[in-house]
Amino acid sequence: MEEYIFLDDIATADVAIESRGDTLEELFSASAMATFEVMADTSGIQLKIKKVLHLENSEIDGLLFDWLAEIIYLKDAEYMLFGKYDIKITKNSNYQLDAEILGEEINQSKHDLRCDVKAITFHLFEVYEKDGKWISRFILDI
Amino acid sequence: MKVNKISDCLWEIPKTEKEGMLVPARIYASDTLLEHMDKGVFEQITNVACLPGIQKYALCMPDGHWGYGFPIGGVAAFDTKDGIISPGGIGFDINCGMRLMTTNLKVDEVKPRLRELVNELFRAVPAGVGAKGSLKVSVSQLKEIMERGADWCIENGYGWPHDREKIEERGHIPGADPSKVSEKAISRGINQLGTLGSGNHYLEIQLVTIENIFDEKVANIFGIREQNQIVIMVHCGSRGFGHQVATDYLRVFDKAMKKYGMTVRDRELACAPFKSPEGSDYYKAMLCAANSAFANRQIITHRIRESFSKVFDTDAEKLGIEIVYDVAHNIARVEKYKINGKEKEVLVHRKGSTRSFGPGSKELPEIYKDVGQPVIVGGSMQTGSYLLAGTEKAMEETFGSTMHGAGRTMSRSAARKKARGDQLLKAMDKDGILVKTASMSGLAEEAGIAYKDISEVVETMDKLGITKKVVKLKPIGNIKG
Repeated sequence: MEEYIFLDDIATADVAIESRGDTLEELFSASAMATFEVMADTSGIQLKIKKVLHLENSEIDGLLFDWLAEIIYLKDAEYMLFGKYDIKITKNSNYQLDAEILGEEINQSKHDLRCDVKAITFHLFEVYEKDGKWISRFILDI
Repeated sequence: MKVNKISDCLWEIPKTEKEGMLVPARIYASDTLLEHMDKGVFEQITNVACLPGIQKYALCMPDGHWGYGFPIGGVAAFDTKDGIISPGGIGFDINCGMRLMTTNLKVDEVKPRLRELVNELFRAVPAGVGAKGSLKVSVSQLKEIMERGADWCIENGYGWPHDREKIEERGHIPGADPSKVSEKAISRGINQLGTLGSGNHYLEIQLVTIENIFDEKVANIFGIREQNQIVIMVHCGSRGFGHQVATDYLRVFDKAMKKYGMTVRDRELACAPFKSPEGSDYYKAMLCAANSAFANRQIITHRIRESFSKVFDTDAEKLGIEIVYDVAHNIARVEKYKINGKEKEVLVHRKGSTRSFGPGSKELPEIYKDVGQPVIVGGSMQTGSYLLAGTEKAMEETFGSTMHGAGRTMSRSAARKKARGDQLLKAMDKDGILVKTASMSGLAEEAGIAYKDISEVVETMDKLGITKKVVKLKPIGNIKG
């Protein structure tokens, strides 16, 4: 199951998140959902526009960093808010991510917007598997 | 962790406290501020003390709090010959900074038009998630802005020629190289010039009251001449452009660490030798972002002048909207200091710390040469801000640095649990502060209760002689990102 919680006691000025999933795909989806939940009420995002992404990294934590960095980039470069992520992660020599992500253009008068996310940081960044669950902790710069 | 009291408001963590510390860490704080400082600060500042090439001390200012990599409020100087550069010591919002402007308007003239003024400013200076700037530039123009910062703006009609005198490094730091910036950074930032951003960024209309002028002579030189005078403060940075430059190079440095056989205690402190190809490329790209931030604040200044001019139906020149100063608080700069009796060139990282150059510094405009650099310290929207002056002691002790704000003391979600945006809006209105925000929950996160007592923070550095109090400024109107 995809889930995330905001960690109150870490990184005072920024936002710390722990996300979980039964699979890597769920973990990545939960992490993306949490990131956009910081910026907007994601329940109000319509799935009108589809973006296709391909990312590769030799490390799984590097791939999660790249993934979050990419969607934060798209938020500014293409004025997008995302609400749904169809992700496939495979491992050959590298971890490879192929995703279709759905959302719509930001509309300041329509969306319930919150705080902008500037970046994903490496501070206390971790991705690990425990008791059959994938778990990550990351801090977003606000 | 052992924290020794060196003197009133100054604390030291000896280098024996953590394996790998090359220098001691020093924290500037009153007893109360130290007692309530995030535990993360102590870990983070001692991590900084382990970085290669660090000189004298890893420093934390009294507004220090738990950040990523460096603590917010962290200052460290590295030998330019064999030291490092680290994006985590600058922050993602490269050249986030403050700009203060005077007006010759009095509170009685502004109060009746305040709502109209706040609405007009909110329209003219887009804020919040997804805001687009009204200035459209081409990629080649953006590259000119990367190199020429505020100069480009002034030459293209977004400012007055003498504005540049009152900006750190005249609004453009030499050495920026747009070829070191990714296409992604360009596409992320190209439509955001003249936007405020979000989080703790703001545009504020503030009031000078007679009891808040601590040094009349210096205040006068800074352009604060009368009680009930209205001034304007802006807090923002390089927007998505700078965020992307930092993200790009954090990845580069994360990989380069292996190449240089370096390890750090926090991955966010990823660094490279300043003279390495990676270090040099990042420095040149970082300066592109720094210059674009000066340009961003310059364009915002232009919009502010237009807005005031429209509302008061008077030329901005006649309204006296002049820059007091513009100074970065997230940046790394090559500067020279006396270290062990010898002048040495160092790369000073200031992350949530303001440059605080003393009287006589050659970097200061002629009119401020005798009194020191104006230091603009932004407080919470409820409690007010300060204008201070840099000192010679800052040059000797803190690499010409001081605090940058009040400093957060409460996480964003904790603040949201304690304050509600709509209630805060009403409460502030009752206190004479009119707020217009792009986000109600974002507003709650910036409630005064989420911050340290700014007066205590400022007092700490005043007592130590690092910066001298000049004026305290009270908000009456606030545009919140």
